[in-house]
Amino acid sequence: MESVFAVVVGILYATGLYLMVRRSIVKTIFGLALLGNGANLLIFTVGRLTAGRPPYVPIGALEPLPPVADPLPQALILTAIVIGFGVQAFALVLIKRVYQTVGSDDVDEMTTTDRIADDGGSR
Amino acid sequence: MINLLFLPLVIPLATAVACLLAWKNQGLQRIISLIGSFLLLIAAAVLLVTVQQDGVLSVQGGGWAAPFGITLVADLFSALMVCVAAGMGLVVAIYSLADTEAEYERLGYHPLMQVLMLGVCGSFLTGDIFNLYVWFETMLIASFVLLAMGGKRAQMEGAIKYVVLNLIASALFLAAVGILYGVAGTLNMADLARMLRESESSGPIPVIAILFFIAFGIKAAVFPLFFWLPASYHTAPMAVTTIFSALLTKVGVYALIRIFTLVFFAELAAWQPYVLAIAGLTMVIGVLGAVAQDEMRRLLSFHIVSQIGYLIMGLGLLTPLALGGAIYFMVHVIAAKSALFLATGMVLRLTGTTELKKLGGLYRHQPLLAGLFLVAALALAGIPPLSGFWAKLALIWSGLESGNHYLVVAVALLVSLLTLFSMTKIWAAAFWKGAVVNGATDTPLPLSRRVYWQMAVPTALLTATTVLIGLWPEPLYALCMDAARQLLVPDAYIFAVLGVQP
Repeated sequence: MESVFAVVVGILYATGLYLMVRRSIVKTIFGLALLGNGANLLIFTVGRLTAGRPPYVPIGALEPLPPVADPLPQALILTAIVIGFGVQAFALVLIKRVYQTVGSDDVDEMTTTDRIADDGGSR
Repeated sequence: MINLLFLPLVIPLATAVACLLAWKNQGLQRIISLIGSFLLLIAAAVLLVTVQQDGVLSVQGGGWAAPFGITLVADLFSALMVCVAAGMGLVVAIYSLADTEAEYERLGYHPLMQVLMLGVCGSFLTGDIFNLYVWFETMLIASFVLLAMGGKRAQMEGAIKYVVLNLIASALFLAAVGILYGVAGTLNMADLARMLRESESSGPIPVIAILFFIAFGIKAAVFPLFFWLPASYHTAPMAVTTIFSALLTKVGVYALIRIFTLVFFAELAAWQPYVLAIAGLTMVIGVLGAVAQDEMRRLLSFHIVSQIGYLIMGLGLLTPLALGGAIYFMVHVIAAKSALFLATGMVLRLTGTTELKKLGGLYRHQPLLAGLFLVAALALAGIPPLSGFWAKLALIWSGLESGNHYLVVAVALLVSLLTLFSMTKIWAAAFWKGAVVNGATDTPLPLSRRVYWQMAVPTALLTATTVLIGLWPEPLYALCMDAARQLLVPDAYIFAVLGVQP
């Protein structure tokens, strides 16, 4: 099972990185979303895929009966998903504003802040 | 007393909430944010004094014993950084009174600044790597909005680069955290430190360390991962640029120093030459980029990169003297570089431009401003007796003592010269040379007395700090050296968190 997940994570990373090296900022944001999901699945996989019970402690016992699934990676992923959702929502609004302001979604058109000779953004 | 550790988190959070409650009343928001910043500084100062007297403090959120609970730790290094950050927060809050446009305030400038401070303080105080990730994201989302707020074209272009590069860093950070958990089964830094000291450096540990180095390296803007910084920082309003330059990259450096001295010490020791090479290249490329620029804000942005190189050099040399020097350097560069940015903001308000070709002769109209800028510029270059001199002296002394790092020492000295050149160029062009015909300084824009002093006082405070810690370096120097010793021998840190001797 781990190997299947490893391949899926690899595909997500590869696709994400490929999309991010494209010039279109829309594809860049999609790439970032895939990269984030790849990272989440990676945490899930390295936290060991145990087909076990939820880690409830039975009444009277001090620890849960094995086999139990490790809940911590899932808690981490949950937090990361929420953060990723917020950040990606912001990024989507940002690329919309960028498109409205610059009139293009090509990063090669967005070089005015890198050139030396103009006064990039003085008020 | 242990609740002291929560105060630097609770105060900015409460201030942000109070600002949000006063959403319609910008005047009230300003007052709330000033009061909040002031309280944060007091809390941070008390925390620093307490840590100095009682040693490392730690508290487990919710009462769950480490390594299961949410751990907050303050050793001397983190307490000092919280204190410096709080000081910067207050200075920038005062400056914002004059510098912030009404539109920014309507869009929530004050609460966002407080959330930024919350993220910064949280990153300094947390004792858990996953929480560090969460605090980084808190800080980042506030900085994204602050950077993109004005909606101007340059800001949009800067923001897209800043956002994308930082999100890549976050994804790498998250992946590293996940693999580390898979290998070690814990994310508590003290617990990790204890565990990895006993085991040998092998298997996936160096890979994880590299992932962390890249993730924090992007945030700290080290060579070759710094390109987002000069492309984006100069597009924001001056107060925002100042707080970014003072705190955000430094949080990256803090994370590098913290994780690599505490958790990945063996890897760091093995990679010493490479870390020093990265430090040298960061210094050189940053200062060369600055020399090529003709616009004050971009020039200073490149200097941020160059100064980061010195901090990484302190980490790479890995002696108590070098690490202490790096911490001292951090305090110095936050004060000096922020003073330069704030003074540049005044130039922008007075003349409407920061292009060196259009400026000139400001010394005649603004002797005080010219003086403040000159002192801060010389401090940055490291002219004795200002603060930069002692910081660089410690680093270079340590490099010479170690006996086989002469190259990086030579590079550091050369970059100091180039920094001095760049600083004299900017000062001579903006303040000293005659006014340009049809330039921007023939008729300085009117500035009301109140606005003038609201901008001049914060600038002067920071300049005074560099002079003070330059003329009287001993207390801060001793503090930094103690902090460095705590970093290199983390027994007290581990004991404070886990309650067992390592």
